[in-house]
Amino acid sequence: MKRDFEKDKKDMVVVEGSYAVASAVKSCRPNVISAYPITPQTHIVEDLSQFMADGEIPNCEYIMVESEFSALSALVGSSAAGARSYSATTSQGLELMHEVLFNVSGMRLPVVMTVANRAVSAPINIWNDQQDSISQRDTGWIQLYAEDTQEVSDMTAQAFKIAEDPDVLLPVMTCMDGFILSHVYEPVVLLDDDLVAEYLPPFEPEFKLDPKNPKTFGAFADPNSYTEFRFLQQQAMNKALKTIEDAADEFYDLFGRYYGGLIDTYETDDADIILMAMGSIVGTIKDVVDKLRANGVKVGLLKVRSFRPFPVEAIKNVIKDAKVVVALDKNISIGLNEGALFTETKASLYNTKIDVPVIGFMIGHGGRDIPVETIENIIDEAKKVIDSGISVESQFTDLKEELL
Amino acid sequence: MKSLLAPGHRGCAGCCDAMAAKFTLMAAGEDCIVVSPTGCLEVMTTPYPESSWDVPFIHSLFENNAAVASGIEAALKAKGEMGNTKIIAMGGDGATLDIGMRSVSGAFERGHDFTFVCIDNEAYMNTGVQRSGATPFAASTTTSPSGTVSFGNIRPKKNMPAIMAAHGSPYVATTSIGYPKDMIRKVKTAVDVEGPTYVHAHSPCTTGWGFDTSKTVEVAKMAVETCLWPLYEMEDGEITKVKKVKNPKPVEDYLKMQRRFKHLFTKEGGDDFIKQIQALADKNIEKFGLQ
Repeated sequence: MKRDFEKDKKDMVVVEGSYAVASAVKSCRPNVISAYPITPQTHIVEDLSQFMADGEIPNCEYIMVESEFSALSALVGSSAAGARSYSATTSQGLELMHEVLFNVSGMRLPVVMTVANRAVSAPINIWNDQQDSISQRDTGWIQLYAEDTQEVSDMTAQAFKIAEDPDVLLPVMTCMDGFILSHVYEPVVLLDDDLVAEYLPPFEPEFKLDPKNPKTFGAFADPNSYTEFRFLQQQAMNKALKTIEDAADEFYDLFGRYYGGLIDTYETDDADIILMAMGSIVGTIKDVVDKLRANGVKVGLLKVRSFRPFPVEAIKNVIKDAKVVVALDKNISIGLNEGALFTETKASLYNTKIDVPVIGFMIGHGGRDIPVETIENIIDEAKKVIDSGISVESQFTDLKEELL
Repeated sequence: MKSLLAPGHRGCAGCCDAMAAKFTLMAAGEDCIVVSPTGCLEVMTTPYPESSWDVPFIHSLFENNAAVASGIEAALKAKGEMGNTKIIAMGGDGATLDIGMRSVSGAFERGHDFTFVCIDNEAYMNTGVQRSGATPFAASTTTSPSGTVSFGNIRPKKNMPAIMAAHGSPYVATTSIGYPKDMIRKVKTAVDVEGPTYVHAHSPCTTGWGFDTSKTVEVAKMAVETCLWPLYEMEDGEITKVKKVKNPKPVEDYLKMQRRFKHLFTKEGGDDFIKQIQALADKNIEKFGLQ
């Protein structure tokens, strides 16, 4: 993270994370917002509604739809018609959008959506984990995960810039941990409208629904051509690897704040133990790294900002010299007993000459608190791997045996 | 008048969808954007890299064309590009009465300025003639087949025009592809009325209903002439115009033209079902004042 806190201090205001996101959306000058309220995303759409009610988002229509399915469906139409389009959702709402997610990416519509990450039913649970967005990993959306409210606010502008890049044209999900970030009040610098205008040019797609120049969108593709559409989506994801980095760099040049591009690192240069994670847990891990470093433990953190596209090369480059890598996941692939970050990191190393043991911990499901002690215990387990190899590849943390 | 739907589509001979789309475009003109859900119409007109559409066209999913239309309208309004552009969502009965019902309902309740044209061929034709909420009483489909104990579909058609009128639509009309002038006039009225308007076009399907490919219009007309499909217009929820039927024909004349009702004439007990269908027509005559 590169950031001049002293410079930022004068502009800081204490607001709720959701407000910071809504304010960032406003600064990005959307033409169409369409969303359905669902906890813990609700405050974002309420704040946007208030901005609309106060006339603070010019040239914008806010569609109050009857469901998340229609929220994203409406943005299929608006984005295809050339409008900068935004939504926000979480959990069940995101699951309800599943079919439309493929449709948006397949039609190469640069929609941006904030996901306030939340557990999925059953059992019903409104608190944070990342099962909802991870479950959508193969839908062709870029997925970025934010560490704190400042990052998710700034990430909103970056997301539009990445999505609308003519080389990319993919939708972007900006993921923030529900409640932990969406409902927290902390000092942030709200995006400056003029700077955003400089950073983010107007959305002017090469193709749109225009009676003066009729085009057909969403055509029927038989086996003759369907594969090539998928290939081109993958190719766009490959190009996005650089676009995401560039968007972060350019943002830093203008705004003076940087959280990494595809990834960020913290004390990894000489680290024997590297913890990998996404989202707000990164902050807790940084505190643990500071504490253990003071005691001479060579531990570092690899923060993954971009889960899709998955930054294989960037990750390999950071972890190649470590003695053990630990992936922490607020999700699980049921039936594999692994979280997604763990699975994909492991897969990235196979067929390479990098021989680093990787273990995984599934953590913080359904909003269970992740105290410093839990991270310390995980690091103790990692130390054992250095000494005697892997005994358990992937496991849940802090299971309450008495409830099983 | 220039046809905005190219003749080079892949519809069946005698296809009702092609007629419905063509008449709709004749009414709307070049300055329109068409949204269409998954179904025969989209499949037969947009095989990549070809397209039959000479107007902007978007297909999204089966269940969301009214929501997509909402987004297009919002985009044009937000960007000040609405002008006189007409937005038309055109979908089959499955995408309208069944899977798309929620999105149609939401879009009408929100009052977007667009026209929804339902091409009602009374079953899911694109997947091979399965029953829908628009399938008429006693019709045999692949999921409501006649059998040793069954006389086909057991429920009457869902009354979609009434549902749309109940949403507060300023203009709702029923029409039939058998009456091109009627359909063109009604679609034109619908696109010119501000707000969400609805045109329900009865559209016989040669493949699904089982009649000769040359008979589409004839079958369509017979549905109107037997009073099984009344043609009327509603403004703000009230019926304002009805097409009179001077000498209604018996429903047998309509039923016997189609394979889907064949069992009513060949199975013991079929007579009773024909009587029940005649009763539906008689009820229409009374309810809509068709005579």
